[in-house]
Amino acid sequence: MLDEKIATLLKDIKRLKDKLREKEKLLFVHLQEKNNNLTTCKYSKGLTKEEITRYSRQMLVKEIGLEGQLKLKNSKVLIVGAGGLGCPVSVYLASAGIGEITIVDYDDVELSNLHRQILHTEDDIDHPKVNSIYDKLHSINRNLKIIPIKQHMDSHTIKQLLDSNTFDVVVDGSDNVATRYLLNDACVLNNIPLVSGSALQLEGQLTVYNYNGGPCYRCLFPVPPPPETVTSCGDGGVLGPVPGLIGVLQAHQTILILTNSSDGVLSQRFLVFDGSSATFRNVKLRPRNINCAVCGDNPLITELIDYEQFCGAGAHDKVENINILSKTQHIEAEELPKKLGTSLILDVRPHLQFDLCHLPYTTNLPFAEIEKPDALDLVKRLVKNIDADNEVIVLCRRGNDSQRAVSLLKQKLSDLPVNFLNVKGGLHAYSKYVDSDFPDF
Amino acid sequence: MDIKVQFGGGAELLFDNKKHYDISLPSKEKPWIIGDLLFWLKEHLLKERPDLFLQDNSVRPGILVLINDTDWELMDTVNYEIQLNDCIMFISTLHGG
Repeated sequence: MLDEKIATLLKDIKRLKDKLREKEKLLFVHLQEKNNNLTTCKYSKGLTKEEITRYSRQMLVKEIGLEGQLKLKNSKVLIVGAGGLGCPVSVYLASAGIGEITIVDYDDVELSNLHRQILHTEDDIDHPKVNSIYDKLHSINRNLKIIPIKQHMDSHTIKQLLDSNTFDVVVDGSDNVATRYLLNDACVLNNIPLVSGSALQLEGQLTVYNYNGGPCYRCLFPVPPPPETVTSCGDGGVLGPVPGLIGVLQAHQTILILTNSSDGVLSQRFLVFDGSSATFRNVKLRPRNINCAVCGDNPLITELIDYEQFCGAGAHDKVENINILSKTQHIEAEELPKKLGTSLILDVRPHLQFDLCHLPYTTNLPFAEIEKPDALDLVKRLVKNIDADNEVIVLCRRGNDSQRAVSLLKQKLSDLPVNFLNVKGGLHAYSKYVDSDFPDF
Repeated sequence: MDIKVQFGGGAELLFDNKKHYDISLPSKEKPWIIGDLLFWLKEHLLKERPDLFLQDNSVRPGILVLINDTDWELMDTVNYEIQLNDCIMFISTLHGG
């Protein structure tokens, strides 16, 4: 009964919101038309009466003033990523009156985004992130031109974007190494400053590349990191305020660049926030490298390359599934229920994940520790206690580490008379195909 | 010689998940340079895979080395002579957003 009432209300709310969105779109068309004919305030210069009131509090700051506000109004900014960084960046830039904001992201909103991606709401789940950002920005400031683009950024798409429009600043709010190199090279080749932010767990980093003769990303990192050293927010976790803080600072840097307040721009400087000690570090960086492959005096890279190939990793932060075992070394998630309590089941996720939620009758033995003698001894002892089947079932979040674990255990414990088996698709598959009460994260 | 060694951005995971170390380098004939420190750290503090910290006698790509909050590229990199009370930081770059 209650469930039914809730479902009906949610449905009604969604319908009304869709209707609202339609009206907003219509309103925007009329407003555009009106703004085209709108004369600026006869008592001022270049701004309307409404704009003077709206932006008065920041125009009273002497570094902005009327001149600075006009620069912001006539600026175009490209934001790549509509996530933990893109949300705070875009909301502050829209509020500050940047005339045209293009925001690019290929993802849809998920429930696990909401703790940090502050412009998305429960009603936006499964809808494109750029659409929900568009709605929010538009409701904050109807004067601006906001261009949402649901697209994956690669060499081809960014070239199209940069050929068809001119941007004063690009903001990097992406979540992977390949996109970071892509944006760097695109910005160097098109002579656009790049405001780069990143965050993971309790730490955030911020700098500005390719500004006023300063270094670019490649000057600092000519060689991409080994893919296995790169951790995503989905695996390592991230505390919401950390990307929030970095994103807000990215908006601040963008405003400084657009208003020519160059002293405050973090070019050849690197700001590091460590939330575990609540400390900032402002680090002095090397200058532009004259031998840099892209911004050096004799560049080797004169057009965009294949960045996924260059980095040896995909231009996204999703896990790529592996398949390293033979067919006979797997069981399906659907077979798990009858094994619970009868077979030895090792859950090889990190302790933190095991603590969040786990199946009954499973033993936690993190993959990171599995090669250590203590862990192997534990497996040997546990195996002694099993009688039936002579099988050890290995389980993890998505079914990748468990395959690696099966392969390792088979090799290290080849003298044991047991068969190590992997659960295909891991707990994700269990939640999807067996019991949807098991949390999906 | 007493110095501070710090890790950040995930580099601490290779060093027992500790971000701060106060260490005392044993005295030796020649001055301590960062190059020596890298191998000292590998021998004494590194807990996980060495290849995720060192490659070709330097730090692996993606780790910035800071000497008293200054990029080591401005300080002669591996050849910098370590001074008493220096703070040497190894910071891995983040990519999440």
